[in-house]
Amino acid sequence: MFDLRDLYLQVIVDHNKSPRNYGVLNPSSHDAEGYNPLCGDQLHIYLNINDDGVIEDVKFEGQGCAISTASASLMTEALKGKSKEEFQQVFENFKHMATSDLDEAPDEEVLGKLAVLAGVREFPSRIKCATLCWHTMKSAIENTDEPAKTE
Amino acid sequence: MSFDVSSIRSEFPVLHQQVYGKALAYLDNAATTQKPQVVIDKISHYYERDNANIHRGVHALSERATAEYEAAREKLRALLNAASTCEIVFTRGATEAINLVASSWGGANIGAGDEILISEMEHHSDIVPWQMLCERVGATLKVLPINDDGELCMDQLDGLLSERTKLVGIVHLSNALGTINPIETIIEKAHNVGAKVLVDGAQAIAHIEVDVQALDADFYVTSAHKMYGPTGIGLLYAKEAILETMPPYQGGGDMITMVTFEKTQYNELPYKFEAGTPNISGTIGFGAAVDWLLDKGIVALANHEQELLDYATKQAVLFDGLRQIGTAKNKATVLSFTLDSVHPHDLGTILDREGVAIRAGHHCAMPVMQHFGVPATARASFAAYNTFEEIDALFSALTKAREIFG
Repeated sequence: MFDLRDLYLQVIVDHNKSPRNYGVLNPSSHDAEGYNPLCGDQLHIYLNINDDGVIEDVKFEGQGCAISTASASLMTEALKGKSKEEFQQVFENFKHMATSDLDEAPDEEVLGKLAVLAGVREFPSRIKCATLCWHTMKSAIENTDEPAKTE
Repeated sequence: MSFDVSSIRSEFPVLHQQVYGKALAYLDNAATTQKPQVVIDKISHYYERDNANIHRGVHALSERATAEYEAAREKLRALLNAASTCEIVFTRGATEAINLVASSWGGANIGAGDEILISEMEHHSDIVPWQMLCERVGATLKVLPINDDGELCMDQLDGLLSERTKLVGIVHLSNALGTINPIETIIEKAHNVGAKVLVDGAQAIAHIEVDVQALDADFYVTSAHKMYGPTGIGLLYAKEAILETMPPYQGGGDMITMVTFEKTQYNELPYKFEAGTPNISGTIGFGAAVDWLLDKGIVALANHEQELLDYATKQAVLFDGLRQIGTAKNKATVLSFTLDSVHPHDLGTILDREGVAIRAGHHCAMPVMQHFGVPATARASFAAYNTFEEIDALFSALTKAREIFG
């Protein structure tokens, strides 16, 4: 039986309580808003991408549940210093992890600390909480004007 | 006589199960109630014995189906104390009933410069159809605000009503707050300026005895699935004199008496507003739910629910970090709240794993969330079959949630 503690691991609880890279980045080269219409989670992500296509700095602010806040916090830590191409690879891996079968181990080499969010697989209604920030990040990098949505 | 909740529970098969190894405590009744065996059996019986189309067949099955369908209309008429069965129009639910009124009556009677008054605690179903109408005809939507207890600011009502007001849309019992509104006063004041009143009774109907004639309500809408009946069926009550003047909502079969390519003659009330083959099994189940409700007694059920709410509220007040959303003096069945350390959606997940089913979200009442400055609330809502033990289970699950985030 999957336990609640497998979802709400201590590292997730910590990141929810004190989110890293929280706030507004001013100035920023890219930014985007994300919104989950089902639960009202809102997110704004700010980025500075340098001329070499590397994410030099990233911040987020908004309101959401513990999964969504911790996921955004962990994401900003993981992506600082990564290139746009590397983002794409991690994003694909993360999406796969969040929807894969329970017996499949997350690719910790690519995902690192992000693997702590693998528990959402057991909670279908909460997968979108974990992926909202990633969709928002993609919008920011691609400079789409439309807010990112999980629906 | 004491209320026998275990006997009531024995009539609801769905309640007797475990989720994630824990006894189910179903506390999401404002979203939808569970169905007693008699309602399930009635629907099964229709499909097993009587299934046929209504109002047109000359064979035995069609006659039986028609009789059951129309018997349900009479049961609903009696429940609401409407003057005539021709005032009971079956719809897909309360939402469709409001859309019917907005489209048909609103389209014919509301124009540029007119005003529609609703309240800040309305469900989206009593906001959006009126917004759409206002946009279409150039009318203005006005809003009666609520106070921080989640009660209507009745002192502002007179100032918002004028001869420009054509319709007042008001919820009887708020699904997000539990507030019971003084609809008698609102109807009287609205009538004084010549406005019609639509009462959204989706949440009220299982908890409050409704007499549409005593209320002098022009329109009253509700849904079966919040009163122990099936989903996909509800009704519009409207005064006969008003229905007579309303153009049809949808065209099709059953709502006509004669069709030629030159002209169509519409059917009499209420069939004029029931185009197409209706939800026959749902309507028959709706009727069975009325029988069940009246057999138990709405007042007896409501008294039990009030005891549950009082018991839950006492624990809520003592629970560290809990903020109640909705503390009206006159309220029923709903305990809406936030915890300072746990987001409502995390609460929903944690409680679910403890077997406790609640709703977390905006409850289709985003303006209420905006008023209280919260993105969402957790909501426990009670029905006749709930127990004090289930409320204890709720609060021990809340304690567990707080520990996880502690």
